[in-house]
Amino acid sequence: MIAAKENIKEDAHIIVKDLTMAYGSFVVMQDLNFKINRGDVFIIMGGSGCGKSTMMTILIGLKSPAKGQVFYDDVDFWMTDEETRNRIIRRAGVMYQSGALWSSMTLEENLALPLETYTDLRPGQIHEVVKLKLSLVGLAGFEDFYPSEISGGMQKRAGIARAMALDPEILFFDEPSAGLDPVSARRLDDLIVQLSESLGTTMVVVTHELASIFTIGNNSVFLDASKRTMTAIGDPNKLLAETKDPALRLFLTRGEESSG
Amino acid sequence: MSMTGELLFEQSSKDTLRLILSGRWKLEKDLPAADEVVRKLGDAPEVCNIDLEARGLDAWDSGLLVFLTDLRKFCSEKKIRLKGKNLPSGVLSMLKLAAAVPEKKDARKAEGRVTFLIDLGNQTVDFFRSCGDLLEFVGEATVAFSKLLRGKAQYRRSDLWLILESCSAQAVPIVTLISFLVGMILAFIGGIQLQMFGAQIYVADLVAIAMVRLMAAIMTGIVMAGRTGGAFAAQLGTMQVNQEIDALKTLGISPMEFLVLPRMLALALMMPLLALYANIMGILGGALVGMSMPGINLIQYYNQTVASLNLWHLGIGLFSSAVFGVIVALAGCMRGIQCGRSASAVGEAATSAVVTAIVGIILATAIITIITNMLGV
Ligand SMILES: Nc1ncnc2c1ncn2[C@@H]1O[C@H](COP(=O)(O)OP(=O)(O)O)[C@@H](O)[C@H]1O
Ligand SMILES: [Mg+2]
Repeated sequence: MIAAKENIKEDAHIIVKDLTMAYGSFVVMQDLNFKINRGDVFIIMGGSGCGKSTMMTILIGLKSPAKGQVFYDDVDFWMTDEETRNRIIRRAGVMYQSGALWSSMTLEENLALPLETYTDLRPGQIHEVVKLKLSLVGLAGFEDFYPSEISGGMQKRAGIARAMALDPEILFFDEPSAGLDPVSARRLDDLIVQLSESLGTTMVVVTHELASIFTIGNNSVFLDASKRTMTAIGDPNKLLAETKDPALRLFLTRGEESSG
Repeated sequence: MSMTGELLFEQSSKDTLRLILSGRWKLEKDLPAADEVVRKLGDAPEVCNIDLEARGLDAWDSGLLVFLTDLRKFCSEKKIRLKGKNLPSGVLSMLKLAAAVPEKKDARKAEGRVTFLIDLGNQTVDFFRSCGDLLEFVGEATVAFSKLLRGKAQYRRSDLWLILESCSAQAVPIVTLISFLVGMILAFIGGIQLQMFGAQIYVADLVAIAMVRLMAAIMTGIVMAGRTGGAFAAQLGTMQVNQEIDALKTLGISPMEFLVLPRMLALALMMPLLALYANIMGILGGALVGMSMPGINLIQYYNQTVASLNLWHLGIGLFSSAVFGVIVALAGCMRGIQCGRSASAVGEAATSAVVTAIVGIILATAIITIITNMLGV
């Protein structure tokens, strides 16, 4: 599978260049440079509080970087006008850390809103699409439930279904498996891999779950909180085999090797 | 039988102090503090070794750990060697655990104490910034409204209906109560004064004009600020906490159009109706008091009321209430959208929405009163 992926010509989808992210004068990370290729399952990893979610808010246009650039294809995402930025980000789907389903709407309405907004489908067709997307994440039959009426894992899956509503070219996931039981987490990982393989969607996954990192990722960046910058890029499995950086080793092995 | 923790000192040699821990070192009773050791060392400055020994230590918990970490910190500052003997192995491993990750000493939270002047300066800057935010918000709301007029704004009709319902029918009981009582109060206070001149029939004028022109709008405004403005702030604040607003933004749906517009519209439409209803209730309240005065009956009161009112009074009152509706909705939505990402921030947003709305209502009343005065209506 990995070999097959490498055959695809490297084709940068997102390029991050000299990026610094900060809240006011508090610098979270600086000097970030990496490339996310088309069709990658790209992992943004690091300990909690290192700035993974912040990274994602910058990539999806919610927060501007303190310095540096983000390119989508050839467009400088943060320098271009708002119109273009909106158009770019509309081709991306986002699953938020907390699910972020609109709590006053049923699952069907949650999924229908993007479809109603950006397509000319008739209500009947929208209903069909919604049913399909919900069944893809294993939630067929839950159309009329409100987000508060389903479990946390189901909310996350519904969040993915909504993110996929418009058949995006890129999907962002913020900690998809956090707070889920191992089986649900595993199923979510499978879902991400299957979507990536069958639709060729670029996946950007923020996570610190080792199991996910090694099973789904084929490229990654490691953010080191103590150095306030990235210290490694590449296939996580290779990183594990090759890295000499003690912080990354500690992270990728859950600290088990260091104590031995 | 177990006694509380005890600390004994033994000066075993000139430069070595031995500490003997015994008894029950639990958090429940007064335990010896590391300060005692510090004091003891103050008397013997040449000590550079401390031997800790547990002798007859019955039980221990965090009480002992706190003592030991304090002591260890002190010793490392003073470069005193600390050695333990017989300490329970659990204690040692807990201490090791506590020291495993060094204390975070980043610049972040260490902002230090702020002096009064710095605080004042920050507050002033914040104030001007918040004025800027307010203007920006009003500007965006205006843009959204103009889109609505061109039929391009995006919001759900069903949301609008729900909000209309919650800020109309559901607000009727409290508006009834408040405006009826305000009418009565006005009549009471005015009545006492007017009776002195035998002009008690003018109570009808007083109540009618005050209610219709001003009080009904203000009272419904304040009721709605507390009832609906606070609720708007809490709703939008919770949506902010849950990243629901982020989800709207990344879909390219403007929260202004989708969330703020229906709320503004609903209140701007419903407030005049509520104020109209409050007018009637206030006048009824006034009439109840008026009729209890000597020489006034219902017909007289009614005629006097009708004669005193004109369309200007009604128009100004209803116009004010529509303005107040917009103010309450804007204050509620603005505080909700600006809300931070925690539960306490939602509470603060609701509170500050109510305060902002009431201040706005009073300011707007002053402006409207001055303008109508200048126009002579
Ligand atoms: N809104 C904010 N304002 C100020 N600091 C923030 C804010 N959000 C996050 N931070 C800080 O930025 C750092 C990175 O946070 P985050 O991106 O959420 O980390 P992660 O998702 O990797 O756990 C943390 O130190 C956090 O305290
Ligand atoms: Mg996060």
